[in-house]
Amino acid sequence: MHGGNDSHSSPSPSPSPADRRINALVRHLQGSPLDAADPCLAAAPTSAAQISVFDHVVRAPEDPILGVTVAYNKDPSPVKLNLGVGAYRTEEGKPLVLNVVRKAEQMLVNDRSRVKEYLPIVGLADFNKLSAKLILGADSPAIQDNRVTTVQCLSGTGSLRVGAEFLARHYHQHTIYIPQPTWGNHVKIFGLAGLAVKTYRYYDPATRGLNFRGLLEDLGSAPSGAIVLLHACAHNPTGVDPTAQEWEQIRQLMRLKALLPFFDSAYQGFASGNLDADAQSIRMFVRDGGECLVAQSYAKNMGLYGERVGALSMVCRSADVASRVESQLKLVIRPMYSNPPIHGASIVATILKDRAMFQEWEVELKAMADRIISMRKQLFDALRSRGTPGDWSHIIKQIGMFTFTGLNSTQVAFMTKEYHIYLTSDGRISMAGLSSRTVPHLADAIHAAVTKAA
Amino acid sequence: MASSLLSFGSASPLTLLDPLKVNPRVGGSNQATFLGKNFIKTKKSFTRTSMAVAVEVSKFNELTMAPPDPILGVSEAFRADTHEMKLNLGVGAYRTEDLQPYVLDVVKKAENLMLERGENKEYLPIEGLAAFNKATAELLFGVESSVLQQQRVATVQGLSGTGSLRLAAELIERYFPGAKVLISAPTWGNHKNIFNDAGVPWSEYRYYDPKTVGLDFDGMISDIKAAPAGSFVLLHGCAHNPTGIDPTPEQWEVIADVIQEKNHIPFFDVAYQGFASGSLDEDASSVRLFADRGMELLVAQSYSKNLGLYSERIGAINVVCSSSEVAQRVKSQLKRIARPMYSNPPIHGARIVANVVGSPDLFNEWKEEMALMAGRIKSVRQKLYDSITSKEKTSKDWSFILKQIGMFSFTGLNKAQSENMTSKWHVYMTKDGRISLAGLSAAKCDYLADAIIDSYHNVS
Repeated sequence: MHGGNDSHSSPSPSPSPADRRINALVRHLQGSPLDAADPCLAAAPTSAAQISVFDHVVRAPEDPILGVTVAYNKDPSPVKLNLGVGAYRTEEGKPLVLNVVRKAEQMLVNDRSRVKEYLPIVGLADFNKLSAKLILGADSPAIQDNRVTTVQCLSGTGSLRVGAEFLARHYHQHTIYIPQPTWGNHVKIFGLAGLAVKTYRYYDPATRGLNFRGLLEDLGSAPSGAIVLLHACAHNPTGVDPTAQEWEQIRQLMRLKALLPFFDSAYQGFASGNLDADAQSIRMFVRDGGECLVAQSYAKNMGLYGERVGALSMVCRSADVASRVESQLKLVIRPMYSNPPIHGASIVATILKDRAMFQEWEVELKAMADRIISMRKQLFDALRSRGTPGDWSHIIKQIGMFTFTGLNSTQVAFMTKEYHIYLTSDGRISMAGLSSRTVPHLADAIHAAVTKAA
Repeated sequence: MASSLLSFGSASPLTLLDPLKVNPRVGGSNQATFLGKNFIKTKKSFTRTSMAVAVEVSKFNELTMAPPDPILGVSEAFRADTHEMKLNLGVGAYRTEDLQPYVLDVVKKAENLMLERGENKEYLPIEGLAAFNKATAELLFGVESSVLQQQRVATVQGLSGTGSLRLAAELIERYFPGAKVLISAPTWGNHKNIFNDAGVPWSEYRYYDPKTVGLDFDGMISDIKAAPAGSFVLLHGCAHNPTGIDPTPEQWEVIADVIQEKNHIPFFDVAYQGFASGSLDEDASSVRLFADRGMELLVAQSYSKNLGLYSERIGAINVVCSSSEVAQRVKSQLKRIARPMYSNPPIHGARIVANVVGSPDLFNEWKEEMALMAGRIKSVRQKLYDSITSKEKTSKDWSFILKQIGMFSFTGLNKAQSENMTSKWHVYMTKDGRISLAGLSAAKCDYLADAIIDSYHNVS
């Protein structure tokens, strides 16, 4: 594991140093194809590194989700549509910076007393307190009892990674259960942090809904104390969420088995349009007095994607434990990036602490959520009016930014090739990328894919 | 840095109260037995829930309190001190003559421009802002550099110096398993933490000579030579932290010779480009010397100090490879490391740098402001030296104050003497004898001189 000078096995197989040198020597003797083609080697005749010391580094494949946008950008078609990455788009198809965010930024830039000194390792104190209140509820007894430690991290990814690194070092169980399917980056984050990853059944392709029985069975057979990743709301990629009753059963089972909940909350307020409603699953767990971790992201709900703002909260049994946990979280963070970036966190804190701005935010957030809900309705109606075979009600039942269409990879490839529609090969579409103008085109594409492609 | 892996004893089996059978409003007994055993406790908050749950001991109960960071802890102690003469020479953050933090004018201008333009906040690519990556590589290697013309540099935006070093360390762990990183004795305290957490073994090469309060050059060369071939050698590009002692240009040539002989890989940490001498080009000369020899090397950059962007976390990792094809492969693997760490880097600081470097007017203004900052530091060095030598009657050579460069000075004071600086004189510094000149004002030089002379002579 990390810590100390032990080398641990790297995720991808690497040749030994001896192999590496032998390979380099062989190439050197045979003459590398690079020599002829690459003029720069001739330009550095005294270089000790004619064969690069990095020669054994292979090219990594493009990230599958971000690769969709790369492919989209290359397409010259005027009707192309990007339904890949989960970034909100307006009805005009443009990125959106919330008005309240612009206002907050203006205030920050105008404030002559502001400096750019290092934040503490755990980040901006106000931001941390306000984030905990936002997700756990302002009246949360856990907060009042000082049982919560919150550290600012780099959006959702950073929060998940710091939490996972902490668990790999300080928790007795090193297996985390993730839903099948889940966001593609989850398995990499947990794996690199040193956790073993297992899955629990989640999505039922037959119903395009939740496989609740499978979920209960799999969590029920997990070893006591195992970590369980839960999407707080708006499950990514399926958009399928447990009902309140199902959440309660999950909670009971998890407490029975002493499973440790690790919530990923990337869409609070974005899913239903209501901040409190979208936090209910987490609050249910916190209410019973048990422990949990929560990774929060402000990328979507405040549109702060590139600012990388998020927070990791750990709800502990006691204030003393929380304070020790915080000190150990700092040891994870300091050698990773020392302290977090100030800009996005300052914007969030400015908005959350001002009543009027907070309300403005709620209004803008609801507008985004409503537009997505209306896209769902429009797509559903469009498919119905085309008589597209199949039950498409999952489009309006699923929640959040994404819809798991149920289309297979052949159908997806067909839609991309024939209709210039870009989405991930698992059939996930970002509703945020749709508009009233483009819904018909998508409906045509789906109709064609279903009737013509396998 | 020690976060040892703590393993729990067996988790106590817990007794779950069946929610259907227990009336949660009934107060229960309050027995509590000590750690590791079950106890049943009722609290008001539980009785409000519709469901009772057995209270168990925290899953993290065995966790110990980690010690405070040795560098950042100094500022905390300073803040708590109420003495009127207190002086914070701990953390390396630039202060004006009035001992105030400083946001560069050119940064404010750039931020205003950015706000006027109303740019969006979309995700950056994993490797960061393209305009920033281009600007930062040009700044470091020089626009005319052959490594750039030949596209042999893989540049990825990182979270300031720390984050960039970490990306490189993870790359080393993956692709050079077992290879060691040689770090100077002493070096910035966080270096070993970074390599430890990345799983990269390290060892030290001699650097600081307490007898001369200067560079132990023979020791340095000897230790680099003795290391197994193919080791990584961590070098401070300029303004060595914590000593302020840099090799001369001639010494850099010898260092490069030895590294080439042993097929070592140079790994530069450049946190003070422009800040050390006041000249961006001069401060990059060590890196450029190596790059011009056709060597492959790594360089971590930070804009915390030279653009005062401390909390924006903006820097870059650059890997100079023997061909552009290799550089592309290396870049793809750096991205693969960044994605599960934070997905993509923060935009704000990157845009500020890109705007400043990209605009000739702002760039020139920046150079002027940087010259002022570096100039103020040089002038307090001179003032401190003058003050000490005018008061101090022995023949001790204090010229190291003038020879050392950058934000920090290794005073040569030992731990006890450094502690005396704090306890008697309320001068806050790190226990290794390092002071941050950036936190010293001309007005306080006399006081500091008194403190240093007292600690040096009267404490052992």
